[in-house]
Amino acid sequence: MNAIASARDLITRNLRQSGILVAFVAIVAVFALLNPMFLSATNLTNIVLQYTYILILAIGMVMIIVAGQIDLSVGSVVALTGAVSAVVVVKNGMPWWAGVLAALVVGLLVGAWQGFWVAYVGIPGFIVTLAGMLLFRGLTYVVLDNISISPFGKPYYDIANGFLNGLFGGYGYDVFTLVIFAIGVVGYAVAQWRGRQSKISYHQSVESMPLFVAKLVVVAAVVMWFAYKLATYRGLPVVLIILAVLTIGYTLVTQKSVFGRHVYAVGGNRHAAELSGVKVRKVNFWIFVNMGLLAAVAGVVYSSRMNAAQPGAGNMFELDAIAACFIGGASTSGGVGRVGGAIIGGLIMAVISNGMQLMGVSTSIQPIVKGLVLLLAVAFDIYNRRRAAALR
Amino acid sequence: MSTILEMRSIVKEFPGVKALDGVDLDVTRGEIHAICGENGAGKSTLMKVLSGVYPHGTYDGEIVYDGETAEFGSITDSERRGIVIIHQELALVPYLSVAENIFLGNEQRGRTGLIDWNRVNTEAARLMARVGLDENPVTPVNQLGVGKQQLIEIAKALSKEVRLLILDEPTAALNDTDSEHLLDLLRHLKGQGITSIIISHKLNEIEEIADRTTVIRDGSTIETIDMRDAGSGAVQDRIIRGMVGRDLEHRFPERTSVVGDEVLRVEDWTVYHPTQVGRKVIENASFNVRAGEVVGIAGLMGAGRTELAMSIFGRSYGRSISGRLYKDGKEIQARTVAEAIDHHIAYATEDRKTYGLNLIEDIRWNVSSAGLGKLAPRGWVNDNEEIRVAQEYRSSLNIKAPDVLSTVGKLSGGNQQKVVLSKWLYTDPDVLIVDEPTRGIDVGAKYEIYTIINKMVAAGKAVVVISSELPELLGICDRVYTLAFGRITGELPVAEATQERLMELMTLERDQPLPTKENVS
Repeated sequence: MNAIASARDLITRNLRQSGILVAFVAIVAVFALLNPMFLSATNLTNIVLQYTYILILAIGMVMIIVAGQIDLSVGSVVALTGAVSAVVVVKNGMPWWAGVLAALVVGLLVGAWQGFWVAYVGIPGFIVTLAGMLLFRGLTYVVLDNISISPFGKPYYDIANGFLNGLFGGYGYDVFTLVIFAIGVVGYAVAQWRGRQSKISYHQSVESMPLFVAKLVVVAAVVMWFAYKLATYRGLPVVLIILAVLTIGYTLVTQKSVFGRHVYAVGGNRHAAELSGVKVRKVNFWIFVNMGLLAAVAGVVYSSRMNAAQPGAGNMFELDAIAACFIGGASTSGGVGRVGGAIIGGLIMAVISNGMQLMGVSTSIQPIVKGLVLLLAVAFDIYNRRRAAALR
Repeated sequence: MSTILEMRSIVKEFPGVKALDGVDLDVTRGEIHAICGENGAGKSTLMKVLSGVYPHGTYDGEIVYDGETAEFGSITDSERRGIVIIHQELALVPYLSVAENIFLGNEQRGRTGLIDWNRVNTEAARLMARVGLDENPVTPVNQLGVGKQQLIEIAKALSKEVRLLILDEPTAALNDTDSEHLLDLLRHLKGQGITSIIISHKLNEIEEIADRTTVIRDGSTIETIDMRDAGSGAVQDRIIRGMVGRDLEHRFPERTSVVGDEVLRVEDWTVYHPTQVGRKVIENASFNVRAGEVVGIAGLMGAGRTELAMSIFGRSYGRSISGRLYKDGKEIQARTVAEAIDHHIAYATEDRKTYGLNLIEDIRWNVSSAGLGKLAPRGWVNDNEEIRVAQEYRSSLNIKAPDVLSTVGKLSGGNQQKVVLSKWLYTDPDVLIVDEPTRGIDVGAKYEIYTIINKMVAAGKAVVVISSELPELLGICDRVYTLAFGRITGELPVAEATQERLMELMTLERDQPLPTKENVS
């Protein structure tokens, strides 16, 4: 196979993922052309700080959607967990980690509650979480006594607003950030290389060497450029580390673990999964517990970012998270979707919001644009899938 | 007699595949014309070309319908000319009434533009009478059986003034009575001048009903047989020969059985219906299967065959199950599917699309789905090993697909069935229960499935085959149990079994006494 045919084959096989990546790059390019500030160090850092919680929610949501369920309550859970954390840290004067811990425990309990109704009583997730959306919003009001609680104080505030920098010094840019990113890139390259070697040892076809190297070089260049941008501003945001760990961890869980496989099996054909020995109820229970946990993480990040817990926090977050999954190629009927796709879908939403704010587009126009983007992205995806199916 | 339809050298290409490579088809006005061919031979593609699913211009060749060149751009075009296709998977809306379904998309409007329900229901009743369906037109479709639903589809076709009726595997899901009724109806419609094209794998049925049969293989027409000229008996062999391109001397592969120790014994197995309180679905069933043995379970639809198998397989059917299971002489518990798999019991379902496969996933993931633990000793799947395993089964079971990353939903029935078998073979079963293993698959693939079963027993495993096709059971089993109304009514070594004898036992009613047991060993 020559290099061009090989490249075409790679793109065709991954059209579902690559299509959305192309869309993402195009959107970034449009905003970069419209406003030179868009790709500035300050703004890139801002995007990271501002939208991480949506991406965290999208990771949990994509697993729920792959299993053929939906979770409408995550916005309320973000508010509730933030509120609990505020009561612990601000009202009771306990340390920041106690607040985080309390939030996570509440998230797990919420998840177990919803998982119980979905998995063991057999109520559709849509209904259970619609009820949950009201329930946990109300509980937030109760916990907060209907008023905002703030401020959290320095260590808690730093979770979402802090940076790691200065450890190795630097001249106008932060060396530590560059080193961390470089380690990441090398790790990625090594993992790719080992995967390739392992495939070869199993006599599977792999992309040609020049293409493989070109792919690594492009990824490394983009990542290091991004790292340099961050380094010239304030360094490595703490939330980016949280997000990276979650993304890598959940990608592995969904793609490589038995549990992840079972999630896809349940979403693809519940009956067949059951008759193959998959414990469908357990799977449904644990994906909701997991969603509760991730919603709590998002709750901590969001309350930290706002430096306050507000009764109305997290409103409509569920829709952003769900939109991120569908833009990222998840299927409404379950069984299809990837963590990576949901992350890119979330980034598309984030970049559009940020880009429009930067250009001073009025807040009444912003939801219109986001709605259209959701529609067009999914239409684009369906078009690509049909083409891919025809090429097969 | 004039020709109603002529398709000349039809060629239809998909990227990389030539699905039709010069098919010719002549259909005479007022005849019943059968089309035979293995799965993947191109029958369905041909019918899609004819009905406009693949519009004019996407294929080469010429269609002459009713003396005119036809260039259908969509199904609507072909329906307007009186060509109606009824697919294997019925296209009825379950919660709508019979009448609503008949006129779906063709609503009878009154002068106000609103639906004239009296007219709809009267018209529907008239059409239902024509197809011999004695039901209230306002009954929701989901309250009727598959046989009656099939009749509704035909009534729907009649409402569109059908002149050429195409039926794709119409009797695949029907029992004998319903099939007979449907075939009678086709004859009746023929009397009214309606031409039918019937696609079927059931050769007995074709021999009974068709005037002529066109055999297709690998996208080309092999021959068109006039069923009146061909001598009866020989005609089935001729069709098979045409379909597979070789003489199929034996429909069942040879096997010398070496029977060993008992592997699985079921004793006093009683199962109650999951929702209807107090209704026994299986009553005191006892049977066993030994190493190297193929045991058949023969029963009519509703006898409890699938229910028996599924209740044994991790209690996946029924409630208040009582009885004992012995594996290799030791009593075991298999309360969940996972436990059953751990005891090396496997069950391949009769309904592979609903219960057997994840149709949106690829061959690889489907093959590994039941035995995933073997690929993931510490909870993490070795995906390269997984591909190797899938490739191994793809070649050893001859699954026809471009590669193991092909989506299972796009494979033919026979190849899907092989994926189901691969999935269970990978769990290393000592006992494999196969439920209607050859339903809806063609002659060539059937032979391959039998070969797979033979290989398993040759390796000292035990196989239980559930089937409603008695020749199949007689062809591949060592021993056959009969099941009737939830009771095991007899047990015969295959040497003593005949279709008549089995049928007698299979129709033994609940209040009739069991015959004295005919012992084998």
